[in-house]
Amino acid sequence: MHGESGKQSLRGALKEDVPGFNFDNYARNASLPTETTMHLPSAMKTGTTIAGVTFKDGVVLGADTRATGGTEVADKNCEKIHYLAPNIYCCGAGTAADTEKTTEIISSQLDLLRLSTGSPSRVVTACTMLKRMLFRYQGHVSAALVLGGVDSSGAHLYQIYPHGSTDKNPYVTMGSGSLAAMSVFETGFKEDMTEAEAIELVKEAILAGIYNDLGSGSNVDLTIIRKNGEVTVLRGYLTPNDVEPLRTSYKRPAALSVPAGATAVLSTHMDPARPGLEGLVIEDATAMTF
Amino acid sequence: MPRKWTGLNLASTSLFFVTLSACLLQVVFTSNMFGVTVKNSGMTGTGTTAGPTKRTHSPMVTGTSVLGVKYNGGVMLAADTLASYGSLARFKDVTRLNAVGDYTILGAGGEFSDFQAIQEILEKMDQEDKNADDGFSHSPAELFNYLRAIFYSKRNKFNPLWNEVLVGGFKDGKAFLGHLDMIGTAFSDEVMATGFGSYLALPIMRKRWHANMTEGEARALLEDCMRVLFYRWGLREGGREGGRQGEGGSDCRALNRIQIAKADASGVLVSQAFTLSTVWDLASFANPKAGMDTDGSW
Repeated sequence: MHGESGKQSLRGALKEDVPGFNFDNYARNASLPTETTMHLPSAMKTGTTIAGVTFKDGVVLGADTRATGGTEVADKNCEKIHYLAPNIYCCGAGTAADTEKTTEIISSQLDLLRLSTGSPSRVVTACTMLKRMLFRYQGHVSAALVLGGVDSSGAHLYQIYPHGSTDKNPYVTMGSGSLAAMSVFETGFKEDMTEAEAIELVKEAILAGIYNDLGSGSNVDLTIIRKNGEVTVLRGYLTPNDVEPLRTSYKRPAALSVPAGATAVLSTHMDPARPGLEGLVIEDATAMTF
Repeated sequence: MPRKWTGLNLASTSLFFVTLSACLLQVVFTSNMFGVTVKNSGMTGTGTTAGPTKRTHSPMVTGTSVLGVKYNGGVMLAADTLASYGSLARFKDVTRLNAVGDYTILGAGGEFSDFQAIQEILEKMDQEDKNADDGFSHSPAELFNYLRAIFYSKRNKFNPLWNEVLVGGFKDGKAFLGHLDMIGTAFSDEVMATGFGSYLALPIMRKRWHANMTEGEARALLEDCMRVLFYRWGLREGGREGGRQGEGGSDCRALNRIQIAKADASGVLVSQAFTLSTVWDLASFANPKAGMDTDGSW
């Protein structure tokens, strides 16, 4: 692929302003897993337990905090309860990027709508915006959401599937741990619960997902949205899998953390890299610890 | 230049040998180990074209989950009384729990005819015990290990007993509860479930189990779990994602008519079938649309 016949070569194609997408690498990517031992990295998924329950004075949303990339835990403490509006929050399961960006997009659309109408957002508005977007992408945006909030017509809880269908129910669960969480709801749900009962139920549901589903783990996050307008975000409400005590109790060999001054300084010579750095003095020479 | 075994060459050669040996096996083992002969349509050549199917490919009449729990003084199993034919709830009053000998109870999900075959095998073993008339009867753990060997050996011949089985029992003051699946995986634990019960029921059972459960608590726990399975285990479309097809009866629904089997110091017992009470009139489900037509629900 030398030189002059620029139209045929890759260099030539890049120089030209060819409209549309370049699918040159598509065939190469498709053959990589079959022809070689390489495998393409998998999208980071949240492999999740998310749940929501309505109680007498509002809704409680809960989520675990494990994000997986294939079989590895990519993030031990990610945040799955996303802000949509002051009175509306949304938990997301599925591909982490999809849930994060979808909720951000709808959050900004709700913001603009609030500025334009002058009134607070309704949960059904958020639901309709989300389902319209997800349906447009025909399920390729892999976002399974639990949407909860309180507005002028009461407390509402929706579950939204990646293809764009929705369900409205008093208690909902989504994600890989949804069956474990739903089993807790089916045995424990009562109508008109108090806030403390609702928090306890959601906490138990998320814990069931954390301990019985391999795609969920680490901590329990909660968000409580009340009919009187108050919202409480409890990030890290319960951290039963904290390894910090274990990590600090382990006695590492002293040779790994050398204190400052352990090695005697015999002489110091400074060779400035550029003119003008002669007077440079390093003030804070704290020892590096590992 | 010496020819190298590239990946594709090695794979295709191994495949050839596997296929050849599978064909050979099929011809040799035409009567299975229970003395029941499989009809041959006359194809006896080795490695020739495919004849009639001589091994289980997929289950036909299936049972769903079985739940088991060890309590203080015994073991209890629960199962519903449904045998499905694909998506049809065909036989609604079958017994998927069985008592064997003086000490053992077992329950199975998956292919119902294979469960009947298992019952026959264990019945035969129990009859030999009785014929010996020496006061000895096999313990639940021994029956469990015997079944495990059968499951594994049949699986190695590519003709599995398509079941997921729970074996429980109480002998000499010790309770036993074990789980066997169609490929011969065998485990023992305090609470166990087969099929979809492992996703819906096991989390609740693990949370509510404690070392000194009474029989009443165990029964209440199993009934609650069977109720959740009835609420939430509907029909599954297509195959199981990412898993073995039809494993442990995942292609059928649950029923609210259940049976309980119990093994304790006084012996073994399989109860009559009874119907679970269910609640369908929660106000929040009755009116989720809150009077609006455009509120985002169906």
